[in-house]
Amino acid sequence: MQGDAIVEAKDLKAYYITKAYGVERTVKAVDDISVSIKAGEVYGLAGESGCGKSTLLKVLLGDFQPPLTVVEGSVAYDFEGQTKDATKLSEQDKRDIRWNKVSYIPQGSMHVLNPVRRIQDTFHDFITTHKGTSKSQSYDMTRKYLRDLGLPEKVMRSYPHQLSGGMRQRVTIALATILWPKLIFADEPTTALDVVVQRGVIQLLKDIQQKEGSTVVLITHDLGVHANLADRIGVLYAGKLVEEAPTRTILKSPKHPYTQFLINSLPTFEERSAREGIPGRPPALDHPPSGCRFHPRCPMAIAKCSSIEPKMLELSPGHRAACHLLEEPNHAAA
Amino acid sequence: MQQPKDLLSAEHLTKIFDIRQGFSSKAFHAVDDANFQLVTGKPEIFSIAGESGSGKSTLAKMILGMELPSLGQLTYKGKPIANLSKKEKRSWFYSEVQPVFQDPFAAFSPLKRIDHYLFETVANYKVVRRSEADKYINGVLEEVGLSIAEVKGRYPNELSGGQAQRVAIARALITKPSLIVADEPVSMLDASLRMSIVNMFRKLKEENGVTIIYITHDLATAYYSADRIAVMLRGWIVEMGPVEKVLGNPMHPYTQNLKDSIPQADPDKVWDKTTNLAEMEADEYTRKGCRFAGRCPAVMDKCKTQEPPSFQHDGRAVKCFLYEDAVA
Repeated sequence: MQGDAIVEAKDLKAYYITKAYGVERTVKAVDDISVSIKAGEVYGLAGESGCGKSTLLKVLLGDFQPPLTVVEGSVAYDFEGQTKDATKLSEQDKRDIRWNKVSYIPQGSMHVLNPVRRIQDTFHDFITTHKGTSKSQSYDMTRKYLRDLGLPEKVMRSYPHQLSGGMRQRVTIALATILWPKLIFADEPTTALDVVVQRGVIQLLKDIQQKEGSTVVLITHDLGVHANLADRIGVLYAGKLVEEAPTRTILKSPKHPYTQFLINSLPTFEERSAREGIPGRPPALDHPPSGCRFHPRCPMAIAKCSSIEPKMLELSPGHRAACHLLEEPNHAAA
Repeated sequence: MQQPKDLLSAEHLTKIFDIRQGFSSKAFHAVDDANFQLVTGKPEIFSIAGESGSGKSTLAKMILGMELPSLGQLTYKGKPIANLSKKEKRSWFYSEVQPVFQDPFAAFSPLKRIDHYLFETVANYKVVRRSEADKYINGVLEEVGLSIAEVKGRYPNELSGGQAQRVAIARALITKPSLIVADEPVSMLDASLRMSIVNMFRKLKEENGVTIIYITHDLATAYYSADRIAVMLRGWIVEMGPVEKVLGNPMHPYTQNLKDSIPQADPDKVWDKTTNLAEMEADEYTRKGCRFAGRCPAVMDKCKTQEPPSFQHDGRAVKCFLYEDAVA
């Protein structure tokens, strides 16, 4: 394990293995991914729907059940020298770690909060499970924390349906972070929110991260959100990590054709000339394409792309990408 | 009969809902005094943008005849939509005006094959004879970049979100409508797929002459595809005009705030300021004076008591006191 890493995945392979009516099907949602996430950073995971972002998150979180199976590799947590393998947690370990040390902000906040309990009681349930507090202690903690985050106190006595979607998402973030976890996983925390509210949610996440120096792993397909929040970005395609670099580097000079596509397909306010989406769509992961998995959609594909899988290359310190074009510098994708 | 000039015209269009709390009830203007015209024979993409809860969808429902206006006039080709009989709606109005909704998987029943909807629409509106339906539907699907082989016999869950949304648009095209009302058609899709849908809207406008009302909160795709835009805030149209003007150089503080809040995939354009969020939606709707006053960075005293009228300024309408004395 590297010195400053808080969570590190090594050669991770996680497949959905199903067997129905004698037909076995293996979906390779995470295929040989190694990432190391440093303590105190915001690490962004980007890619289209169906490229394995959420599956990777589930495994990093240690929260997976069959049919999702870890076939190979490991995920190591490091909490002040205490190491744990996230793929082999006991039930007791899970109870100790979750919310206290590792926390999770899910996508659809509307469905997380209990619809028949007031927000303050949901908070009490969470806090008392870990701290054994009384109701009034929990309420005090909640009130103080919401005030710190700039959320109106009114929400404590509200039921979830009385709050707008953006407010519910912010309450969910407050709930997930009230015990000051070291490691926060956020799965598309701002999708389905509109831009002004999204900005508020991103501000909130950033505040929390900076106040406590916690580590955030952020999943979203929106590179604009990554640009505003992430320190480093990893781009996934069809279950593989294809490029990883500090945010500025990857947005200013993406090297992998897929990353270039992702960035260039976004409309901007500078010009209205015609732009194309990425042709085709991500492959089904039960029979991924041979060689480089992006080659059927890649306009720059060369002969060996369809047969040989490209290796991860270190282009500059901290910037790595897997593409055959980068192996010979004179062919480097511009 | 003379062809009416306006395809769709809204005059002082207002929708009022009552919020009841115990015995008291408050009037809640979901759409408040909206005025706009879409002209016949000049196809355009007219975008309606704004946050959730700004009244965009209520406006769309009134255009589709699903909600009745409380006040004001809404006419399609000179006929008030609210007064259409059931028969007129079925036989004429819905063959001219077609909807596309946000979530294609909610629009199609998971238990029915997706091509069923296409054949059913052909049969309902007697577009072509049964024997020619296959060919006709294939033609419509080709318009949206699909073919009948890709969808025939398949259930909605077998299609990707982008494909399902394309089928939803193909279904809307079957009756050869003059107007398509698309309510947040891309917000469920990935950024890369969004482009293919809005590119298709541009193509439909240019090649088929369809006028499209594109309702969205995604200003980037609105800027990319639309000709005109109306920005809505809590029921008001606060700024309306050509998209290059309104989004290129926004004047209303709310439009400026919206544009600034779009996260850009460019490390040189990250936010340096923080934004104020509305505390509670309903409070803004019932607030006196300007509804943006509670979080406006340029708020003045009179904003808190008087409702600003619309001023014509720099080729657009702006509902803000800042432009009261400015030279148009």
